[in-house]
Amino acid sequence: MADALTMERDWQLPDRGTVGILFLIVTESALFAIFVATYLIYIGKSPVGPYPRDVLEIPVVSSICLLSSSLTVYFAEHALLHNKLARFRLWWSATILLGLEFLISTGMEWRKLIYEDHLTISTNLFGSTFYSLVGLHASHVIVGLVFLILVLTVTLMGFPIQTQFRRVKFLSWYWHFVDAIWVIVFTVVYVIGR
Amino acid sequence: MATVDYPLDRPPVKDTEFSFSQALYSWVATVDHKRLGLMYIVSALLFFVVAGIMAAVIRLQLMFPENDLVGPATYNRLFTMHGTTMVFLVGMPMVAGFSNYLVPLMIGARDMAFPRLNAFGFWIFLFGGLLLYYSYIGGGGLQGAGSAPDVGWFAYAPLSEGAFSRGSATDYWALGVMVAGIGSIASAINVIATALCMRCPGMSLSRMPVFVWVMLIDSWLIVVALPPLTAGQIMLMLDRHLHANFFDTQAGGSAVLWQHIFWIFGHPEVYILIFPAFAILSEVIPVFSRKPLFGRPAMVGAVVAIGFISLGVWAHHMFAVGMTSWSNSFFAASTMFVGIPTGIKIFNWTATMYGGKLRLDTPLLFCCGFLLQFLVAGLTGIMLGVAPFDWQLHDTYFVVAHFHFTLLLGLVFGLFAGIYYWYPKAFGRMYNEKLGKLHFWLFCIGANLTFIPLHFAGMLGMPRRIYTYPAGRGWEGWNMVSTVGVFFQAAGILFFLWTMVRSAFVGEPAGDDPWDGWTLEWATSSPPPEYNFEKLPVVRSSRPLWDLKHPHDPDWKFE
Repeated sequence: MADALTMERDWQLPDRGTVGILFLIVTESALFAIFVATYLIYIGKSPVGPYPRDVLEIPVVSSICLLSSSLTVYFAEHALLHNKLARFRLWWSATILLGLEFLISTGMEWRKLIYEDHLTISTNLFGSTFYSLVGLHASHVIVGLVFLILVLTVTLMGFPIQTQFRRVKFLSWYWHFVDAIWVIVFTVVYVIGR
Repeated sequence: MATVDYPLDRPPVKDTEFSFSQALYSWVATVDHKRLGLMYIVSALLFFVVAGIMAAVIRLQLMFPENDLVGPATYNRLFTMHGTTMVFLVGMPMVAGFSNYLVPLMIGARDMAFPRLNAFGFWIFLFGGLLLYYSYIGGGGLQGAGSAPDVGWFAYAPLSEGAFSRGSATDYWALGVMVAGIGSIASAINVIATALCMRCPGMSLSRMPVFVWVMLIDSWLIVVALPPLTAGQIMLMLDRHLHANFFDTQAGGSAVLWQHIFWIFGHPEVYILIFPAFAILSEVIPVFSRKPLFGRPAMVGAVVAIGFISLGVWAHHMFAVGMTSWSNSFFAASTMFVGIPTGIKIFNWTATMYGGKLRLDTPLLFCCGFLLQFLVAGLTGIMLGVAPFDWQLHDTYFVVAHFHFTLLLGLVFGLFAGIYYWYPKAFGRMYNEKLGKLHFWLFCIGANLTFIPLHFAGMLGMPRRIYTYPAGRGWEGWNMVSTVGVFFQAAGILFFLWTMVRSAFVGEPAGDDPWDGWTLEWATSSPPPEYNFEKLPVVRSSRPLWDLKHPHDPDWKFE
């Protein structure tokens, strides 16, 4: 029986939260894959304008903001791991601001496309694929921001967030995923698609 | 009952005073994987009865040429709702139900990895199902056209587009299926996390029961294959309501893209549906043959292979659409390829039975039915996988007969085997063996009588989805025999439901281990307590109960 006891003590399995969040990311990737593939298939298939090369401007600033928010969320997570709460709040707020900046500039871009260039989802295939793919990504940014703001709010209200390190970590993984998707969307929409 | 010391903050509740509302509350608010599993299976059976009645009406309509039992519009709704219900509201919850009930018990865990996510998955699935059926009331929409969806279970564009499907019926189809799909994904992620992270000490992946392995790969397929359908449905809804142009050929879109997206989901989906039967057979056949599973590593390897190859065969549903000959050749070849692991599995189940001490009770009878009939289904599948053959028989009753052989005479037989096998575990009482055998023979004769003739009707050119047909084409006899089979099937199902309900109250007490099984679910009481195991088991081989029962000849010495 001693053998069984050591087996019980040394028994190590992966963390269920880690596996859960990883497969959530897998399933979300499958969803994005179809929208990306559709975008690629429909490049250049619109019979009427406006066309991407005429109306799309490369969103340099907002892309830099979103990608650097991956860095700030990592710093925040690192600070929380070492129990430096003030620094965690700082980096976490920076992440939220960068995410908000991205969202606002996407909104401004859409506003310009709709009101000045008269491109809506029903105008042509480019409009259909553009708004659905970029919109799907933006909706993921919104979901991420809701949770980021939730964490910041409870932290400011005095909740001991360091007890929830695992969940903060999983949230940051989700945020990294949203950023990685943006790299793909950016390449497809603004580089290949133009 | 012995006196129990209750903690102070929880007032004692005596079983005798358990009122109806308390019982209802305890089921609605439960996060127990066993209760959720049973709820999945029971609601799947309810939908199964509804879809079965629809199928019976379809068959009665086709019994005679020029029959007018139902009109063409009703007929279109019937086959759409029958197909959608069987796939999304019977097959999918059966996957979730069996894996929920059994995976934690088999790996020696106290619950699933995420119990509350589990409850969410069930209720959102049920909501999706009710949303789909609400279309009978609300499907007319503002334009007052149509009631239930009538676009077929794969809702091909452009038929499902706003211009051709007025009213809200198709929206209910898209939303109901999408919502139920969210439940399936939630449950699949849960099964993966449970199988990978909750195994009891000693239960390494190589010792994990084959049932759990199959369900793990099944969940992987759900996680990667369901989102494409959701993506397609989002595009369809954008087309229908915001006038996007995804599937609108006039604006440069492509209706064929919908077919690709649908079948990227749809072909893995048929493996998702059949996997529970694979899982059940891999447990039932060894126990009823009194032999360990033949070629266990090959069995697991075959399942993993299917889990990847089946992602690359989807366009064999589309040979008739006019793809390039390179695409046709590729998908024909990959379809042949995916037949290999399936052949390995059939071979191994047969080899397990070969030379075994067979116990021909109801569960094994259903397994034998599965083996023979699924073999036929596999062979007609290979035939249809050959592109020129498919061009000839595409959209005929031959295809209908083929996939009913896989899903009804295959999957449903496997599910019945599983239900009879684990019934004593779930309810603590034995089903009625005589009624079970009666169910098997009636259902087996009926299903074969219904679907064997349809192969011939199809080869004589009878197309799918016609609400009636003229006399004199040689189809009448086959259709008549086919409909007669329905009465046998219905009688079998009545005996099944009767023994299921009745035995739960008056069946012989079954004891913990009525089949002399080898996996951990038979080590706990029947029905299992809420916490499953008083003390978490420690496992040293793939047949832990064999080791326990035969301490002088344990398996682990040979593994």
